[in-house]
Amino acid sequence: MTISLLAGPPPESGMEPYAAHVRRLGALPEGVHDLLGAVERSELRGRGGAAFPAVVKWRAVASQPGGAPVVLANGAEGEPLSRKDRMLMEQRPHLVIDGALLAAQAVGADDIVLYVGADHSAAVRAMHRAVNERTARERARLRLVSAPVRYVSGEETAAVHFINAGVALPTSIPPRPFERGIDGRPTLVQNVETLAHVAMIARCGEGWFRSLGMGGASGSALITVGGAVPQTMLIEARQGSTVADAVNAAGGLTSDSDAVLLGGYFGGWIESATAWALPIDSQKLRAKGFTLGCGVVAVLPAGRCGVVETARILAYLAHESARQCGPCTFGLRAISATMGRVATLGSTAGDLEHIQRWSGLLAGRGACRHPDGAAGLLASAMRVFADEFERHDREHRCTMGPLAAVAS
Amino acid sequence: MSGRFTLAVDRIKCDGHGVCADLVPEMIELDDWGYPIVHAGAIPTSVLPHARRAVSGCPMLALRLQAIATRR
Repeated sequence: MTISLLAGPPPESGMEPYAAHVRRLGALPEGVHDLLGAVERSELRGRGGAAFPAVVKWRAVASQPGGAPVVLANGAEGEPLSRKDRMLMEQRPHLVIDGALLAAQAVGADDIVLYVGADHSAAVRAMHRAVNERTARERARLRLVSAPVRYVSGEETAAVHFINAGVALPTSIPPRPFERGIDGRPTLVQNVETLAHVAMIARCGEGWFRSLGMGGASGSALITVGGAVPQTMLIEARQGSTVADAVNAAGGLTSDSDAVLLGGYFGGWIESATAWALPIDSQKLRAKGFTLGCGVVAVLPAGRCGVVETARILAYLAHESARQCGPCTFGLRAISATMGRVATLGSTAGDLEHIQRWSGLLAGRGACRHPDGAAGLLASAMRVFADEFERHDREHRCTMGPLAAVAS
Repeated sequence: MSGRFTLAVDRIKCDGHGVCADLVPEMIELDDWGYPIVHAGAIPTSVLPHARRAVSGCPMLALRLQAIATRR
């Protein structure tokens, strides 16, 4: 479905040039009346993973003392299962830039940093081209910065730290970026998809945006559907439509599936039978104990083992720890090593109990939410794949067969 | 109610020396790697002097007293 952000030319035509963007949508509305109010009534929430109400951040930045604010459009997209931010920037960079300019206007910011994952080269090229298509006055306010290739680069304090000091690692909070960010100034860090929605809300109104949603939800959402589908695909879903709708929009299932990883590496596993009917709606999901995260729907194909996949992800997250905080550095390393033994059918007595206990000791014990994300994923795996864990640990057998020993 | 505090750890500064757990065991225990696990909730008044000593005794200056936000 291409109802809002992805409306217009098809993906294969690549970046929409500025002239075509303006022809299709009109120029960036100047001096939008009460944009803060419109964003508030639109119920737009951040699309980087935390689903924090955009207007709350904007008001906090706008009312903060400490100099002219800065806007950081976050397109680092370090999540390995997500494609949405890079593809949005590749295809619709001018929506992101419009949104950033509007946000800057609303919070009183002069400077805008476009922070784009260095490995997303097509997105970097498109954003670069898009900036150069803008007027000299707009260009003077836009700075394109490549985000280091690292999972934590997009964490908001890490992004600010990188701009300030060249080190893309999280810093202790307080202060949060809205209090003291780039050059010590109040900084609005907002995901690029969130900003693109703002560009549409400013043009079409919050009523139109709300009407894109279903069943009480508001707006649309970019979703990366991967796993047991014909190919990893970016879709635009009405918020409130179901996970099954998203899978169908991506071409439907290519195999049976027992589980879905919803929300990416900081999300959680859900039994497929439950997952299909769940709404693409951050608030309803949260109420049920799930998360939409950064909009990832990854379907575990038949014959693939959830324990092995989870061990692989935890090994990645342990490796990607910034290694600044002890519980994350050592806890994730220990969990990952032990999970590796379980996955490869080499577990020893007490391994599962250790994993269980350690995973309960991670949440809230880092400067950022990296350990929390890993702990949540692990807890969901132990719930959804309880039988498979037993099979691995007690019987030293795996759904995938003896291959498991080499798979992780 | 005012005057209620909790202990907060700067996780980046903390190097796991473990002094805090010795000085205020009522509020802090150590995990398997020697890093503090802070008990939830307000510090009892009788324990507050120990907590203050732990704050000043941390070699990394990673521990602080934090006022518990009160409803406005």
